[in-house]
Amino acid sequence: MFYREAGQYNTTYEKDMQVFPIKQDKIGIAIWLVLAYLFVPFFGIPGLEYGFAMNAIMIPVLIFTITTIGLNILVGFTGQISLGTGAFMGVGAYACYKLTSYFPDVNIIVLILASGFVSAIVGALFGLPSLRIKGFYLVVATLAAQFFLEWCFIRVGWLYNYNASGAIEVPQREVFGWIVTGPSAEPVTRYLVVLSILIFLAIIAGNLTRGRIGRSWMMIRDMDIAAELIGVRPLTAKLSAFAVSSYFIGVSGALMVFMWLGAAEVESFDVNHSFLYLFMVILGGLGSITGSFMGAAFIWTFPIVLKELGKSWFGINATVMENVSLVAIGVMIVVILIAEPHGMARLWQIIKQKLRIWPFPH
Amino acid sequence: MLKKLIAGVLGAAVVTGATYETAQAEDTLYVPSLSYRTGPFAGAGVQIANGFSDYFAMLNARDGGIGGAKIVNEECETAYNAQKGVECYEATKGKGALVYNPYSTGITLQLIPKAPVDEIPILSMGYGLSAAAKGETFPWTFTYPASYWSQMSSILKYIDANGGVKGKKIGFIYLDVGYGKEPIPLLEELSPKMGFEVAYFPVGVKEMQAQSAQWLNVRKERPDWMVMWGFGAMNASAIKEAAKIRYPMDKFIGNWWAAADVDLRPVGESGKGYIGANFSGIGTDFPAVQDMIKHVVEAGNSQADPADVGGVLYNRGMFNAVIVAEAIAAAQKATGKKSITGADMRIGLETFDLSEARLAELGLAGFTAPIKGDCADHEGAGSVFMQQWNGTSWDKISDPIAPMTDVVSPLLDAAAAQYVSDKPEWKTQTCN
Repeated sequence: MFYREAGQYNTTYEKDMQVFPIKQDKIGIAIWLVLAYLFVPFFGIPGLEYGFAMNAIMIPVLIFTITTIGLNILVGFTGQISLGTGAFMGVGAYACYKLTSYFPDVNIIVLILASGFVSAIVGALFGLPSLRIKGFYLVVATLAAQFFLEWCFIRVGWLYNYNASGAIEVPQREVFGWIVTGPSAEPVTRYLVVLSILIFLAIIAGNLTRGRIGRSWMMIRDMDIAAELIGVRPLTAKLSAFAVSSYFIGVSGALMVFMWLGAAEVESFDVNHSFLYLFMVILGGLGSITGSFMGAAFIWTFPIVLKELGKSWFGINATVMENVSLVAIGVMIVVILIAEPHGMARLWQIIKQKLRIWPFPH
Repeated sequence: MLKKLIAGVLGAAVVTGATYETAQAEDTLYVPSLSYRTGPFAGAGVQIANGFSDYFAMLNARDGGIGGAKIVNEECETAYNAQKGVECYEATKGKGALVYNPYSTGITLQLIPKAPVDEIPILSMGYGLSAAAKGETFPWTFTYPASYWSQMSSILKYIDANGGVKGKKIGFIYLDVGYGKEPIPLLEELSPKMGFEVAYFPVGVKEMQAQSAQWLNVRKERPDWMVMWGFGAMNASAIKEAAKIRYPMDKFIGNWWAAADVDLRPVGESGKGYIGANFSGIGTDFPAVQDMIKHVVEAGNSQADPADVGGVLYNRGMFNAVIVAEAIAAAQKATGKKSITGADMRIGLETFDLSEARLAELGLAGFTAPIKGDCADHEGAGSVFMQQWNGTSWDKISDPIAPMTDVVSPLLDAAAAQYVSDKPEWKTQTCN
């Protein structure tokens, strides 16, 4: 009944090639956009305190969605695996910090987007081994990148301007008279900046994966020898995947420090976080942009929800719930890998299909 | 599955919304505690959190709170993770938080710039940014009773008093993160002045429990003294390795985060003679600790294992609570209000006076050196004393050793100036 595309005719090729060809999807996306741009900035999340809803839920979820899309390009679309996500976020963050120290008057949003390129170069560099090695060996190579970069963040004092604290601290920056970074920046300003960057990048990612480049990534993923035989160059395909993926991850790292944390030590970029982002990709759905949104939102909000539920319904203290949520996420990953390897994105597909034929399933 | 999930999330949102409104009641003092009872440093975190919350529970049970207002102490689990720290900060600051005690350098650094904006002071007791000791630059951050640099200067004074430091070689083994590297500028400054040599032994976070390489270097370098800036699992491993190469334990000094019962218990007898710096008294002999045992632990209202009460970190958590309580009382006196705000609390933290007489009144005579709140000096000129491990517990072996304020202060000034150098909008205060 819902999602019936009957009666919707595509009369041009352009129409047929749209990202959302079905009218219901268009309405759905429009509703999400209205919610994100007109509802959340004014009301936050109903039932939650505004500052908490923004700073502890909305902003990190949006930032991690960018990370997840980036990692998904590499893991889900190209079939390469990376455990260096945390460190590549760090590259973006440190690059942005250095850029804004050198060019304090340049629009910070431009610098955040530019710092992704530094991360892209570093990512492509560490992606080089992927031309020769696969699977576990590639995991080890990206793990090496993670540890090497972490070492750099501690040891190369130039990266943090030789601060006594060894951390990068976000200075206050204004864009068109609005304070967007630093402690005085309003949550709503930071939210809107992050949201706009996310939408911009998601459109790019969506179109990249639908086009020639994305198809070559998927061919490499599905069978690299066959792809090579029909004219896909593994060098360009794999390295471009590493570069694009690292670009997204780098931008999200810069956003994480500048729009959310406000200061960061190397601990914010460690290997545990790399695993967390990988879980977001796996739970959300490998090879799906929609899934990236779901995975990031789920993994980030799940422990928070669980903690509150435990406290207010059962009176269980936060320590126990912290451990419970770790166990629950672990179990969920195992279950999802067995029952639904394509993650929450696939669940959403099934729901859509069900809605389409409801209430007459035959 | 998805629908149930959505229903669950919505339900949770409604429920949490309900709890947020009930938190603020008449005449309460809300003190959040960003604790870590899970994660890599839970061993220390549990003890600190217990000491902190038990003291407030004791005040509530014995005196009915502070100045007639009950203390509401809510814990939020951070797992020593900076990202969870933000979440906890946001979840608690709207409930009228008076002061934050983050117990993590990473979270402290994130909160320092937020404190003046949200007008909630930070008390980073013996950790965080050393430069925050300068109250004129950092009106909202406090590092009572001493900064890392003051502590290092006290340790050097102790070495000097026990065989002289001139011409000696000091090995500095440290956790290779911001925290561990903190005292290096002071060592660089003092080594030519006092005429000693320093050998550095960094230990990466990943090799905390595998330090044989570092200790091989120690054996090669043969330092006369070893000083350690460690935390968590690093401490016990270092002491074990030191015992393995037969390094004399009474020449091995840990800082106040590397000298707790939890660190030495796994080492036991072989760590005998190891020295640690500390600023909070040890043992249960203090009347205040006895009151906590009577009113909280024995009443079954504590999460602490009775055997841990009186331990180094338990007592430190309690000492943190003592400073907070004293500052609250001072703020109540200054404003004449029962229920105070974060801005009032800042005044309290600058005016409280923990003198010898007041310590005795609190049942903490000899627990620590007197500290006095001050506008310009957010460090309080506290002193550290030395304690020695006897195989099963700690013995106090020195009187409080005052820091070399004349050397440390200019360094702190320079660091504070550097911190604000790229922040033109930073708000400072002038003290008279």
